[in-house]
Amino acid sequence: MFDDVSALTLARFQFAFTVSFHFIFPAFSIGLASYLAVLEGLWLKTGRDVYLQLFHYWLKIFAIAFGMGVVSGIVMAYQFGSNWSAFSDKAGPVIGPLMAYEVLSAFFLESGFLGVMLFGLDRVGKKLHFMATCLVAIGTTISAFWIIAVNSWMQTPQGYAIAPNGQFYATDWWLVVFNPSMPYRLSHTLLGAYLTTALVVGAVGAWHLLKDRKLGRAAQPATKIMFAMAMGMVAVTAPLQVLAGHEHGVNTLQHQPAKIAAMEGHYESHDRAAPLILFGIPDDAAQVMHYKLEVPVLGSLVLQHDIEAATMGLDKVAPENRAKVAFPFYAFRVMVGLGVLMLLLGGWAAFNAARGRLFDNVWQQRLALGLGPAGFVAVLAGWITTETGRQPFTIFGLLRTAESASPLAAPAVAASLIAFIIVYFFVFGVGTWFIIKLMATEPTPGEPEASDEEAVEVGSLPPEAAVGLQPAE
Amino acid sequence: MAPDPILTLVWAGIIGVAIFIYVVTDGFDLGIGILFPTMAPGAERETAIATIKPVWDANQTWLVLGGGGVFAAFPLAYAILMPAVYAPLIAMLLGLIFRGVAFKYRARTSRIWLWDFAFFAGSTLAAFAQGVILGAVLQGVKVSGRSYAGGWWDWLSPFSLLTGASVVAAYALLGACWLIWRTEGAVQDHAYRMAWRGGAASIAAIAAVSLATPFLSHDYFSRWFETPGIYFSAPVPILLVITGLLFIRALKRRAEVAPFLLAELLFLLTFIGLGISIFPWAVPGQVTIWQAATAANAQSFMLVGVGLLLPVILGYTAYGYWLFRGKVGAEGYA
Repeated sequence: MFDDVSALTLARFQFAFTVSFHFIFPAFSIGLASYLAVLEGLWLKTGRDVYLQLFHYWLKIFAIAFGMGVVSGIVMAYQFGSNWSAFSDKAGPVIGPLMAYEVLSAFFLESGFLGVMLFGLDRVGKKLHFMATCLVAIGTTISAFWIIAVNSWMQTPQGYAIAPNGQFYATDWWLVVFNPSMPYRLSHTLLGAYLTTALVVGAVGAWHLLKDRKLGRAAQPATKIMFAMAMGMVAVTAPLQVLAGHEHGVNTLQHQPAKIAAMEGHYESHDRAAPLILFGIPDDAAQVMHYKLEVPVLGSLVLQHDIEAATMGLDKVAPENRAKVAFPFYAFRVMVGLGVLMLLLGGWAAFNAARGRLFDNVWQQRLALGLGPAGFVAVLAGWITTETGRQPFTIFGLLRTAESASPLAAPAVAASLIAFIIVYFFVFGVGTWFIIKLMATEPTPGEPEASDEEAVEVGSLPPEAAVGLQPAE
Repeated sequence: MAPDPILTLVWAGIIGVAIFIYVVTDGFDLGIGILFPTMAPGAERETAIATIKPVWDANQTWLVLGGGGVFAAFPLAYAILMPAVYAPLIAMLLGLIFRGVAFKYRARTSRIWLWDFAFFAGSTLAAFAQGVILGAVLQGVKVSGRSYAGGWWDWLSPFSLLTGASVVAAYALLGACWLIWRTEGAVQDHAYRMAWRGGAASIAAIAAVSLATPFLSHDYFSRWFETPGIYFSAPVPILLVITGLLFIRALKRRAEVAPFLLAELLFLLTFIGLGISIFPWAVPGQVTIWQAATAANAQSFMLVGVGLLLPVILGYTAYGYWLFRGKVGAEGYA
């Protein structure tokens, strides 16, 4: 019995670890692919070299991030079977096709045109190359569409029936794909990806602006453009994201009120005028929030826009169906807190830009630099909120996490978990280091192309290594 | 909702095709990784890796379609087999991680030897693990109810180690033949030498696996050595021998494209041979494809996607290969 429990816990930790690591890369590459398409489009339209510089600059970073996303993604594709085989058997007839569509409509598109995007500018010409860039960007978005459909169905299942053998099957594919939480989760996730990318680009721009100022030299035009574009993007997407997040929350209240209760830290139900708990220390055993700091009435107002509205607490949820409050409660606060800072950055940047002082405000640039990694933290916190808030189910209300796992012995899961931890920290640590090194150089006129940099310089190798060098036709 | 018997066959075919395309395309990518230590650092290695840089990622995607396809079309088989081959599966994934990032990292590091080693070790580990998985599935797994019932070392046997080594040899052969086609000069000369060795090792491996497989179970035996199975299966070894002889002749004549095509044909024939052994089992001896198949409406829903998208995918994949055609030098595609 103890073995079963610990194998399950290890499998959960393994999934959380590998999916968190994986999601960092698409959260960045979804936004970056679109940014690259915009840059190349601007270059084609205006003919200004500075956009091409920026394109090459970010393409090199994109190549590394995308590569890390691909290899960590294959792990996810197989982990459903290796660690969650009971879930795969039962849910396969519903979510399997959605994932097959993701492979067919997105993965092939991305991987097929990535080669052209990275190595083909001289081969295919500008227009076709621009098309390849756009197709890669579209591919990343289509990929998000399908995987979000899968996740959302697990949160708010509909359009299914259960066969005598215990398998779920679809009764209406439209209802399965466009399940109640899907449009909200998709907008929230895509906006999160754009915001994450904008914050990274903005931080790189801010870093070079601050450095150039310190060294008393003029900033590169490319640096100014990327900083301005990024701040513009933050100013637009941060408020939109707050709106999307709020709508997502209202949707969750409708379909998964137990999750909202956990996120809000409401152990007790309120007939009317529920408070909004700002902070506290949740205690699941005693079902109380210790040291809570709360604003009266605001809880009902925020989610239901009505003081008289009743609010469900965890006391209305059967004890065996309650999520552990700490994860969604804290993670939600991290996400919202960072969101407020992003909103502040966007507003401040817009204010400075309106006064024509966007490139002069050192403190705003410092904030932009500091918030560089904030998007990653916020998206991960958001996912932790929604995933731990769904517990103790994999398919909300229908299939328990404990009934989803593979019949594996704890040592097998432990061994693979340790291997993943070591390999991920090493491999993705190195990749992140390469990305940071690239970011530390300012984009300049004559920015080297990704295809040049991808090839190891044969000329720089010792002469004996150049033996066998044959000219290409 | 029950599966549709005809669509089940169609889906078994689609997944067979996806896995086959994976094996014969990423096979040469991994093969180049396996052969990497035999190549001189510098121009030779740069040329070899430049030939596959624009295509390896798309090749690898067929593995996701193969695995995702089994999940989508035969969820019960996926649920039973993945835990059964847990250790080699994780090994394959880790190998593919190192292989994949090595492409990017080796160009950005001063420790190129480290990522060259990662490229070699990752490719070899992934290839070996794929072979072990094949052997473990062929030799059968314990099943109870709807789940795997064996231990986490059950996959390990002399047979699965043999199939593991065989896949390494066969991928190395593909890699060498690909390089013969796509390079020239010293790189090509080396590839010819490697093709001889890889060819000899592959033929020995095919013979060994072919001889061992029928004795794994009576079911396999009767398909290969008793009537009426032998009428269907006999052409496979005969064609294998002919292809092997043609391959040797092509190498002797220093043909440039023929060795690659004949090596791919060897793969096709062994693949058909495996199909003869396994069909119609999804989990050999335990679960048939009809028992493992997903609901009929899932089969048809996905078939729409395959019908619409697969021709497009094949189209732009072919375009990618055409774009990066011709001989490759150390500076990449000129």
